Amino acid sequence: MPTSPTLSGAPRTQSQAPETDTLRELEAGLDSLQDAPVATRINAGRILLPVGTVLGLLSLWQLAAWFGSPREDLFPGPLQVLGTAGELAADGRLGEAVGTSLQRGVLGFLLALAIGTPLGLLLAGVPTLRRGIGPLISGLQVLPSVAWVPAAIIWFGLTDATVYFVVLMGATPSIINGLLSGVDTVPPQYRRLGTVLGASRLQGLLRIVLPAALPGYLAGLKQGWAFSWRSLMAAEIIAVGGSIGFGLGSLLQQGRDLSQMAMVVSAILAILIVGIAIELLVFSPLERRLLRRRGLAAGASR
Amino acid sequence: MSILIEKLSKDYGGAPVLSSISTSIAQGEFVAVLGASGCGKSTLLNIVAGLEPPTAGAVTVPAGGAAFMFQDAALLPWLTARANIELALQLRGVPRAQRKDQAQQLLELVHLGDAGSKRPHELSGGMRQRASLARALGQDKPVLLMDEPFAALDAITRDLLHEELERIWLAQRRTVLFVTHNVREAVRLGQRVLLLSSRPGRLAAQWDIDPLVRTDPAAQAALTQEITQALREEIRHHAH
Repeated sequence: MPTSPTLSGAPRTQSQAPETDTLRELEAGLDSLQDAPVATRINAGRILLPVGTVLGLLSLWQLAAWFGSPREDLFPGPLQVLGTAGELAADGRLGEAVGTSLQRGVLGFLLALAIGTPLGLLLAGVPTLRRGIGPLISGLQVLPSVAWVPAAIIWFGLTDATVYFVVLMGATPSIINGLLSGVDTVPPQYRRLGTVLGASRLQGLLRIVLPAALPGYLAGLKQGWAFSWRSLMAAEIIAVGGSIGFGLGSLLQQGRDLSQMAMVVSAILAILIVGIAIELLVFSPLERRLLRRRGLAAGASR
Repeated sequence: MSILIEKLSKDYGGAPVLSSISTSIAQGEFVAVLGASGCGKSTLLNIVAGLEPPTAGAVTVPAGGAAFMFQDAALLPWLTARANIELALQLRGVPRAQRKDQAQQLLELVHLGDAGSKRPHELSGGMRQRASLARALGQDKPVLLMDEPFAALDAITRDLLHEELERIWLAQRRTVLFVTHNVREAVRLGQRVLLLSSRPGRLAAQWDIDPLVRTDPAAQAALTQEITQALREEIRHHAH
């Protein structure tokens, strides 16, 4: 029984050598024939199409404001909104609101990540626990987290703790469920491979199951972030005052109190833009890289 | 003696899948297990690999255990070809410092020396199976179990991989248990061919392949014909 994977000590006669070389050449030839070059060209449509769509919608909106709306204060056009946003940015309110909300959103999301990931792993590893708690987690994912706001205000008062609690309740179930569905969709073949290769339970989990579950986990994180951001806005609109800082939700609420439609629309757009920016700058590149490395993004429409 | 199978039976609660199979495989022997779909030949391999327990009977394998090669290459898509092999080395307990060199040696053994940094999706089907073979060899077990490893390949690639496998087997003389539904493949590679009947899988017949047959196309064709007839006979039993 050879203990080394090399050919040393092998019964190999001189006459076999040319045959081996022929085989090597044959295989090399076949390999290069089957090695299809992958075209990597930058698709201009990927940028131009969405930008064009947005510009088109803005133009329609402006035309509607000019010719279709008798009440500028109820239906401001994009130029007017831009002006108001400029004013809000100039007096620092917009920057403060975006900064406060973004900081809370990210911190709350990271908290949810830190709590949801180990919990998800635990549930994935202990079937009994999962059977017990799994449905509850799915239920929490369906429950709009804004429902927690009154309870949070009673418990924590008008403090940042209220905001973080609501964000946490919104995001954690999505992260747990994403991780679980990632683990569930690991091909059984990979687990068998782990057994065959002699992996221990922990090694199998760390080296095979978790990397295989990564795409599902990332999808869960993406949804978790979306839930964080939504829950945060809901909490900020309802819970104003006290020691709670001034976020985008507060700006929205202030616009409503002042009956300033342009301010309300500015806040809505700011919330939308932050959401899109996080998607484009954080999740999209992560996801693309992950999928491309696994050869899964070749025909994707983005 | 390398593998000893004694009165092995398997069922999943219903009809038996394998029924009282007994055979022994010598150290360094290349045995091809032939059978139609559903004859339980993959189940047999899984039991020998220790992936499933037998319902009755016993299987004895050498202390080192068995390496396994799957029908689809089962390379992990997030690792390069080299890292896939290194993972097998790591799980076997090879120290970190030696893994890279050994992985490269294994890649060169299957003529993939330059493709180590490619990911599975960048390799052709034949290259993936060669990487998978290199990983199985990297497990360095006395027994190599192969579950229709070339079934999904085109004929040209399959022929080359037959030569490749034969070359490596001649050099290393591991015990190989090779499951296939392809009679030509069984005759081409095996020293012995076992024919399993279907539902339940029983040992229906076996042939020792004279090494001279391999160099004589006429004799090879005749034997292939004979085994094919026997296989068809087995399949025809299920018509009624």
